[in-house]
Amino acid sequence: MNTVYRETCQAIVIGAGHAGCEAALACARLGIETIMFTVSVDSIALMPCNPNIGGTSKGHLVREIDALGGEMGKNIDKTFIQSKMLNVSKGPAVHSLRAQADKAEYSRSMRRVLENTEHLSIVQAEAAEILTEEKNGKQIVTGVRTVSGAVYEAKAVILCTGTYLRARCIYGDVSSYTGPNGLQAANYLTDSLKKLGISMLRFKTGTPARIDKRSIDFSKMEEQFGDEKIVPFSFTTDPESVQIPQVSCWLTYTSEKTHEIIRKNLDRSPLYSGMIEGTGPRYCPSIEDKVVRFADKNRHQVFIEPEGLYTNEMYVGGMSSSLPEDVQHAMYSSVAGLEHVRIVRNAYAIEYDCIDARQLYPSLEFKNIHGLFSGGQFNGSSGYEEAAAQGLMAGINAARMIMEKEPLILDRSQAYIGVLIDDLVTKENREPYRMMTSRSEYRLLLRQDNADLRLTKIGYDIGLISEERYQQLLEKEKQIQAEIKRVEKVYVGTSEEVQRFLEEHGSTPLHSGISLEELIRRPELNYEMLSSVDPDRPELMRGVAEQVNIHIKYDGYIRRQQKQVEQFQKLENKKLPENLDYDEVPSLRIEARQKLKEIKPVSVGQASRISGVSPADISVLLVWLEQRKGKKD
Amino acid sequence: MKEFDTIAAAATAMSSSGIGIIRISGDEAYSVMQKIFRPHNPEKKMNEQPAYTVHYGTIADGEEILDEVLVMLMKAPHSYTAEDTVEIDCHGGRLVMQRILDLVLRNGARPAQPGEFTKRAFLNGRIDLSQAEAVMDLIQSRNKLALRSSVSQLQGSVKQEIEKLRSAILYETAYLEAALDDPEHISLDGYSEKLLKKVQDICSETEHLVNSSENGRLLREGIKTVILGKPNAGKSSLLNVLLGEERAIVTEIEGTTRDVLEEQLQLGDLSLSLLDTAGIRSTEDVVEQIGVERARKQAEDADLILYVADSSRPLDESDEEILELLKGKNALVLLNKSDLNPVLTFEMMQSKTEHKILMISAKEEQGIHELEEEIRSMFFHGEIDFNDEVLITNMRHKAALLEAKKSLEMVMESIQNGMPEDFYTIDLTDAYLALGRIVGEEMGEDLINEIFGKFCMGK
Repeated sequence: MNTVYRETCQAIVIGAGHAGCEAALACARLGIETIMFTVSVDSIALMPCNPNIGGTSKGHLVREIDALGGEMGKNIDKTFIQSKMLNVSKGPAVHSLRAQADKAEYSRSMRRVLENTEHLSIVQAEAAEILTEEKNGKQIVTGVRTVSGAVYEAKAVILCTGTYLRARCIYGDVSSYTGPNGLQAANYLTDSLKKLGISMLRFKTGTPARIDKRSIDFSKMEEQFGDEKIVPFSFTTDPESVQIPQVSCWLTYTSEKTHEIIRKNLDRSPLYSGMIEGTGPRYCPSIEDKVVRFADKNRHQVFIEPEGLYTNEMYVGGMSSSLPEDVQHAMYSSVAGLEHVRIVRNAYAIEYDCIDARQLYPSLEFKNIHGLFSGGQFNGSSGYEEAAAQGLMAGINAARMIMEKEPLILDRSQAYIGVLIDDLVTKENREPYRMMTSRSEYRLLLRQDNADLRLTKIGYDIGLISEERYQQLLEKEKQIQAEIKRVEKVYVGTSEEVQRFLEEHGSTPLHSGISLEELIRRPELNYEMLSSVDPDRPELMRGVAEQVNIHIKYDGYIRRQQKQVEQFQKLENKKLPENLDYDEVPSLRIEARQKLKEIKPVSVGQASRISGVSPADISVLLVWLEQRKGKKD
Repeated sequence: MKEFDTIAAAATAMSSSGIGIIRISGDEAYSVMQKIFRPHNPEKKMNEQPAYTVHYGTIADGEEILDEVLVMLMKAPHSYTAEDTVEIDCHGGRLVMQRILDLVLRNGARPAQPGEFTKRAFLNGRIDLSQAEAVMDLIQSRNKLALRSSVSQLQGSVKQEIEKLRSAILYETAYLEAALDDPEHISLDGYSEKLLKKVQDICSETEHLVNSSENGRLLREGIKTVILGKPNAGKSSLLNVLLGEERAIVTEIEGTTRDVLEEQLQLGDLSLSLLDTAGIRSTEDVVEQIGVERARKQAEDADLILYVADSSRPLDESDEEILELLKGKNALVLLNKSDLNPVLTFEMMQSKTEHKILMISAKEEQGIHELEEEIRSMFFHGEIDFNDEVLITNMRHKAALLEAKKSLEMVMESIQNGMPEDFYTIDLTDAYLALGRIVGEEMGEDLINEIFGKFCMGK
């Protein structure tokens, strides 16, 4: 009797958010027959919170995703309505691209890409159970059963459930068991995961209100324009194609009155009344958190951002909240320019099930279930970009597992993606993890401008970057090297023209000839500016000039950071065998021994980042490893 | 396992014992030896000699013979390090050993890190960790003074001092990082100037610690004392009196002491390294001229100069030269031969120098006790005090401090050059890491190095 619908594919992706999309595309593009489940096909690549992609350190992630062959950068290039390079007054390491998205277009455009990708099918269904079997004492994934009972067999399953698992939206004393935007929550899968021995956490995040543009008095706000010269996210996007008319965002501030309203009503916040059990993100705090934590500030920034070209809804950035409806109305109306605000959708907090990602290998595969991978908010992160980055890596590694290849693991010196995943799978994470520049030790090397130089080759080797794109990268590398050499050798004389140029730019005049390189090094000058005294400058590909400038200007710093990386890699390259029995290592402290057994670090470097493992423990481990190595030889 | 390069170091203390041993270990040990060793029998092919044989000959730097030596050959794995090893038994004494070691290093070996021979023995599976530690404990306890201070420093003072500097650096780094991530709430306006001041403070404290390593060195190696004076002023006699044995050749012929003699002298807890040098005078004798040059050089790096002036003879050009050399240095002027009728009086000398003047007679052993007291008070009173002063005696620590200082200076440079704030953290981090390596809070380049490097120089 075959009363159940059965189907076989190779990989299953559960969820169609930003992680799910990248995971499914990566698998399918690598030739793996892939099925993607979503509770609603209409909500593919939904942006349920902020209407932008990128920003500090997140922009880096998008660039890296792009260099590895992911989709997010291309998709935002097609659907953005304003773009800005942030932090340009600071060093190149913290320059970050951020683009305002037309949310509906972003979602539609991504859906179009997915629907037209070979080897990929989208199925609207809710996964209820992960199917496994035991082989040689190890759990192995065999497929997924849906709520309706249908069975889909696969060798790999990638969990990208975002904020949907047993989701609950809350504001004031109102709560409803739905996912974001009132979408259906996924209520069955958690039990199945628990049965498989996966331990679950409950996190919380929140979103501010959406308001009616027509009710806003923009005259009381500062207009925030996009950049005059727009830089695309994707290294493949033609910069000319993105020079489009842009819409503005607006900056305003909360007032003392706002803070007073919030303080008076704190006891009605579900957070403070204990109604919310999940832990919220410190780095993306609600307005009530900010008022409590920065009690001495008499105002906070509020950004009013369009949700798209199709709608009058505006996002109130910086004022997420879970206060009751009446308080929300009072609170938003106390912001300059929002005196007569009409709320379209009120702010709410959302609670959801996720995991402690230390149950994962750096490949994002579960340690105790072969073939089960996960990415995105399910892993305890927050943010579209963090989700997409993990989704991409989980997808790549699921495909590589199926193809019986070594997993792709990026380390902390290679990419923000490496930092993100290493932090998630190594460190205890008590709140939604947000990417930040400060989390990256080697950020001068991991810039958004050189993501292609860092990662395109890897993307090419995996099979997600085309031959043509790879050849272009090689050409770019060649041009950078050649141009650096050239400016070292080109000498500028003390002609009147040169002296005038220097004077105009507030630079000391020359006593004798000097190389272009030395002029570029001067803080007040740069490569671009010097074109007028450099008549033989060759025609260069996009991005080459920027690299030449950065390389020359920050050479000393770059080299010192590279030295730091060399140190880092020494411990990173000392691999720890998976079956290492830490009980055999004498003199480890008990806490360290437990942590090491639990997390099973892949390298001494990873071990050294586990909280509870001290430098002394690492010394003991190293000595023991050396001794063992000595004995073997 | 054979991934190691060839290393060399003195395996005995570099001081005036009868015999000193220079040890070379690694794949290139034999070839280094062949480049510098001339067997007594020039026909002997050194690369064909069996292991565990001893060979007589000389160590030569080109044409110059440095010393007569015995060379002992050992083959891997049957040596202390389980690698090919050559030991050169030469005459004891810092200078001879230093010159042979320099020559070895110029011919393909690199200086061994502290404890590196033992580390290799351990890594090559010759000994286990507890044995290794025992060996190093032994080496360490050889020098009681240094041990006392290194124990005290590990127990607290240095650690506290370093932790203080580290947390100051960490605070600034954290502030910068936080401001980069949350510019709305954490402002960097005017921060650079504040940071500059703080880094200057941290840097000068680091420098202070580096300087204290000078005192640490005095404890560990002794006060390097040079005896200067024109020929036949009585330098060698003074040395002999201080040492209580006939060591330097004392004759009436000017210029008898052609080289630098090195001796250790215990003054209570303090050990002095005494270097008697050739008299300073213009000379045309080539060998002696080298000695004179060396004397000048020794005087340059000396902790203390004892200038022996012959009170039976008037001051001449040589004395003037020496007096010039003494300027700005730690020195004592000794008017020798006070038993004879002085031509050169205390008052005359006083008009020539600001240094303290003592009347002695090396021959009659007069004024020697006063001299000892004077040296003791110069170096002991207040300046070296185990209980108050944080002393850096470990060279590894000093190197790390210097590294930290350099990084801090780069931070200041970045600030002064108007670099964006995010650049400060690179060098702040380096300074933090360098200091962390001293107290074992940071994984250095290689932890095994750290563990073995904690111990004093030796095997």
